[in-house]
Amino acid sequence: MAGLALFALLVAAALLAPLISPQNPYDLAQIDVLDSKLPPGSLGGAGRHFWLGTDDQGRDMLSAIFYGLRISLFVGIVSTVCALAIGMAAGLLAAYAGGRTETLVMRVVDIQLSFPAILIALILIAVLGQGVGKVIAALVTVQWAYYARTVRGVALVERRREYIEAARCLALSPARIVFRHLLPNCLPPLIVVATVQVAAAIALEATLSFLGLGLPITEPSLGLLIANGYQYLLSGKYWISFFPGIALLLTIVSINLVADQLRDVLNPRLAR
Amino acid sequence: MLVYLIRRSLQSVVVLLAMSLLVFVGVYAVGNPIDILINPQADQQDRERSIAALGLDKPLWLQYALFLKGALTGDLGNSFVQGTPALGLILERMPATLELAVVAMLIAIVLGIPLGLWAGMKPDSLSGRSIMAGSILGFSLPTFWVGLMLIMVFSVMLGWLPSNGRGETRLLFGVPVSFLTVDGWRHLIMPATNLALFNLALMIRLTRAGTREALLQDYVKFARAKGLSNARVIGVHVLRNILIPIVTVIGLQFGSLIAFAIVTESVFAWPGMGKLLIDSINFLDRPVIVAYLLVIVTLFIVINLVVDVLYSALDPRVRLADAKG
Repeated sequence: MAGLALFALLVAAALLAPLISPQNPYDLAQIDVLDSKLPPGSLGGAGRHFWLGTDDQGRDMLSAIFYGLRISLFVGIVSTVCALAIGMAAGLLAAYAGGRTETLVMRVVDIQLSFPAILIALILIAVLGQGVGKVIAALVTVQWAYYARTVRGVALVERRREYIEAARCLALSPARIVFRHLLPNCLPPLIVVATVQVAAAIALEATLSFLGLGLPITEPSLGLLIANGYQYLLSGKYWISFFPGIALLLTIVSINLVADQLRDVLNPRLAR
Repeated sequence: MLVYLIRRSLQSVVVLLAMSLLVFVGVYAVGNPIDILINPQADQQDRERSIAALGLDKPLWLQYALFLKGALTGDLGNSFVQGTPALGLILERMPATLELAVVAMLIAIVLGIPLGLWAGMKPDSLSGRSIMAGSILGFSLPTFWVGLMLIMVFSVMLGWLPSNGRGETRLLFGVPVSFLTVDGWRHLIMPATNLALFNLALMIRLTRAGTREALLQDYVKFARAKGLSNARVIGVHVLRNILIPIVTVIGLQFGSLIAFAIVTESVFAWPGMGKLLIDSINFLDRPVIVAYLLVIVTLFIVINLVVDVLYSALDPRVRLADAKG
C-alpha cells in the first residue's frame, strides 16, 4: 500500500507540476542567473526560498524535478503501453498460429533477449538519433520481447483449456477466440511484467539521457537533470544531481513495490 | 555435441551478418559525418576530396560490400576521427573494460554468495530481512546515479579516492592493467563496486532462493542426521547443489556487465570500450560504432556458447544435442 500511495503522490506531482511548482523552470522571465547554484534552503534574489537549491541557470530544483518527473513518467508509460500492445500481438500470434510463425517470432525474441537492454537501446539511438519519439521507439523495441515471451508462455497453457475448446466448437472466428477468450485470461501475469517494465523503461531513459543520447535539452527528464549536475559535483554542489536522483529512485522503488503487490493480488494460488 | 556446436556457429554467423547489415545501414542513415569532420571553411573541392578519401562517395551497397570484404580479413575500416584502424582502437581499450568487469563480478560473487547463504538460512531474522531489503535497493538504484553519489561521498566529501581514470598501470603480458598497483586499485575500486551492485543483488537473491529450497531436501536432512557440522552441511552439500544456476547466471551476466560498463565508464571516465562507443556516437565515427558492435556481438555469442557448454558439463542431466539450439 505504501508503494501505491507513493506512486500516486508522484503521479499527482507530475500531473499538477504547472500548478504546484514554485516557478516555471523553463520560463526565462521567471529565472534569474544571479540565483544560480544556490545551496538548498537559500533565499533567492526575488525573496523566494529555494528549498532544494538551484541549478547553473538559477532554476529552482524542486520545480525542475516536478517537470522532469512529468517527462520521465510520460516516456516510461507510453513506451510500455506501446511495447505491451506489440508484444502481446506477437506472442498471441506465435502461440495461436504455432508452426513456422511461432519459430520465427520466438527466435527473434530469443536473440533479442540474449543482449542487454542498454546495449540494444544505445545501438538504436545511435541509428535513430535523439528526440522524444526516437527514445520511445528505442524503448518499445527493447521491451516488446519480454511481453511476447510472457504472453506466449501463458497462452500455450490457456489454449488447451476447455473454454477455448468450447469456443472452437461454437465455430467462433479465430480473431474472436484470441481477443475475447484467450487474451483476457492471459492478462494477469502481463500486468505484473508491464508494471516492472515501466520502472525499467524510466531507468533506461534516464540512463540514455545521462549519457547525452536520450532526450534533447529542451525536454529535461530526471536523467538529464542528473547529467546536468554531474559537472558541478566535483566542486561540491551535490544538490543539482542528488535531488533529481532521489526523485528517480522513489519513482522506481514505488513502481516495483506496486508490482510486488500486484503479483500477490493476481496470483490465484494465494488466498485473497 | 559436435552437431550442436556446428549449428550454433552457423547461427552465430547469420546473427553477425544481420547485425552488421542493420547497423551499417542504420548508422549510414544518420547525419553526415563530413559536417563534423571537415573544417567548415573548406571549399567544395576540399570537401569532395575528403569525401572520396573516406569512401563516402560510393553507393551504400558498394560501401557495405567493401566493408564485408575487409571484415573477412580482420579489417573493419579506419576511424574517421583518429585515422587508425577501428578494430585496433577497440582492442586497445578492451583490457580496461574486461578488468573492470572481472573485478565487478568478483565483488558480486565474494559478497553475494555468503550474504545470500546467510539470508537463506535465516530468512525471518532481522539480518536476513535487511540483506533482502538491501538487494531490492540494489535492483532499483539507477547505476549512474549511484556512481555520482559514490564520487560525491568518497572523492569530494572525504577525499579518499580519485574520481576518474585508471591510475598507474603496469604491463602484464604486454597489456597495461591497474590491479597490480596500489594507485590502480584506488582508481578501480569505486567503478568496480558501482558496476557490481546490480549483480550483487542478483547473486544474493539467487543464492537465497537456492538455499531455502535446498535446506528442505532429503539429502540435507540426511547429512544433518549423520551428525555433520553445520558448516559442512552448508559449505559442501547445500553450496554444491545451488552452484549450477549461480554459475549460469555468472556467465550470462558477464556479458551484461560489459554492456553496463558503458555507463560506469562514462561516470568515472574509465578509458574502456564503452567510453569509446559513446564518444564515437557523438562524433558519428561510423567505423568505430560498427566495429564496436561486431566485437561485442561476437563476445556475447562466445559467452552464451561457453555458458551452454559449461552447463552441460556441470549438470549431467542437460544434453545439448537434444536441446533446440
